[in-house]
Amino acid sequence: MIDEKEVMQVAELARLKLSPEEIRRFASQLSQILDYIRQLNEVDTSSVEPMSHPLDLTNVFREDAVKPSLTAEEALANAPEKRGGFFLVPQVLDGTGPE
Amino acid sequence: MKPVHTQTASELLEAQESRRMTAEEIVRASLDRIERLDGSVKAFVSVRAKEALSEARSIDERRARGERVGRLAGIPVALKDNICTRGWETTCCSKMLKNFRPPYDATVVEKLRGADAILVGKTNMDEFAFGSSTENSAFFTTRNPWDLERVPGGSSGGSAAAVAAGFVPLAFGSETGGSVRQPAGFCGVVGVKPTYGLVSRYGLIAFGSSLDQISPVARDVRDAALLLGVAGGHDERDSTSIDAPAGDYLAELDRPTGKMRLGIAREYFGEGIEPDVRKRILDAVEVFRKLGFEITEISLPHSRYAVAVYYVAAVAEASSNLARFDGVHYGHRTSEKTDMVDMYSVSREEGFGDEAKRRIMLGTYVLSRGYYDAYYLKALKVRRRMKEDFDRAWETVDAVLCPTSPTTAFKVGARADDPLSMYLSDVFTIPANLAGIPGISIPCGFDGRGLPVGMEIMTPSGEESRLFRIARAYEQATEFHLRCPEL
Repeated sequence: MIDEKEVMQVAELARLKLSPEEIRRFASQLSQILDYIRQLNEVDTSSVEPMSHPLDLTNVFREDAVKPSLTAEEALANAPEKRGGFFLVPQVLDGTGPE
Repeated sequence: MKPVHTQTASELLEAQESRRMTAEEIVRASLDRIERLDGSVKAFVSVRAKEALSEARSIDERRARGERVGRLAGIPVALKDNICTRGWETTCCSKMLKNFRPPYDATVVEKLRGADAILVGKTNMDEFAFGSSTENSAFFTTRNPWDLERVPGGSSGGSAAAVAAGFVPLAFGSETGGSVRQPAGFCGVVGVKPTYGLVSRYGLIAFGSSLDQISPVARDVRDAALLLGVAGGHDERDSTSIDAPAGDYLAELDRPTGKMRLGIAREYFGEGIEPDVRKRILDAVEVFRKLGFEITEISLPHSRYAVAVYYVAAVAEASSNLARFDGVHYGHRTSEKTDMVDMYSVSREEGFGDEAKRRIMLGTYVLSRGYYDAYYLKALKVRRRMKEDFDRAWETVDAVLCPTSPTTAFKVGARADDPLSMYLSDVFTIPANLAGIPGISIPCGFDGRGLPVGMEIMTPSGEESRLFRIARAYEQATEFHLRCPEL
């Protein structure tokens, strides 16, 4: 039900660099699970609202007042790489401007 | 005097108040037992012995000075390793978060500290709470104290095993689809999932935000009620937290239940239930009848879709919640030289185990364009139908009773290659998470192999008091909660 090509597409969306073996194995396992899930189509839901949450919450706000929060140092404490108070990552922009 | 490891937290509190025991003796007994026996059970991923003893001594000193101490003073407590503890490694038992030290305490941790509880260790779990056996931990598998060849259940297997083995009288696990009730059932202890929103999720590393609840594990119902009373209550740091204080469940606990009506849903007694499990539950129904409860057969027609709904809704939420693990701010980053996008993809590939990858992909798939309506929205509509089944049930019964799981604990490795069969062990626990209602698992006997059988009770949203009273009435009439595994 989900072929290897689709698994690769989903893996890309999910930012997972799967091995060829994983793609094969997951295609088979996910197909089995999706097959099982298909039984939901038996249920008549034509007049039902989706239930995304047990509580009927709307706009849970607090006062827009400054409160203590993490210091920059605490926030950076687990960073794999940091520099000068920033999280350091590989270059995002390739340096060539718009044509 | 009973051995410390068989005493409840309530008994240990009383022992301290009457000066028969000190907090230091209690914590030392807990740590000694962990050191002696956790090599076989493997419930813990980290233990903080020195700090725990020092805190215990300090409580004894405060008591000696006549100072007031907290409601859980001197009681050793274990925490599932997805609950953030400031400065103390919190890993979700995943390579992705090895060496992650949270810069803050979860709200429940603050409450435990405020109650003078002694945090002894972090417990093993299925990675990111994805599992029903604790076999998906990236580190090792926890063993069931009743039979070390078998699983303790999951994903809070470490917490359930820690209480069952007598390492600690109280623990916290977390639930998304039954991850405390199911292992409590397998391990012969009490596990209770609160009404959604009763316990703050601040500091619980998220799996399914509309389903997750931090949940107590204890030796008996009284202790579970005690721990929930400490843990619950509105928290402005959790916008999904119910705007009400926790109840005083202990005060209500022994109030007579009178002629309460228990519902037995025919869909929960179909095929697939092990014969001994069915027998023990039916025996329990007889106990309730003798106690004066009215037993009524009801129908929850959409229960059969529980696993299907869950493996769409929960995995969708998981794929979103786990998107934050990208190697940027915390967690594993690949040491390979990559560009930005590959840094995400390779770090996540290296950091996540198989079940995490499966769920992330399934979640991504059901949320993607072209499939969102057919899968995700459809599942959420069936979810509402399941909730409506319960709403209808509450018109004629006060609580629903069923097996916690169709089987007792299975052998390590038995379901490892069949994800779907693993998912089906949660068929009776998932509905309470989907509906947001409270549920408890209590021991109700043993099967022919001497393995614990768990019984589940559910009540409407907010009716924890009623839930505890019903469970307590059964417990007072039986002795299963007093049995301990031989280790």
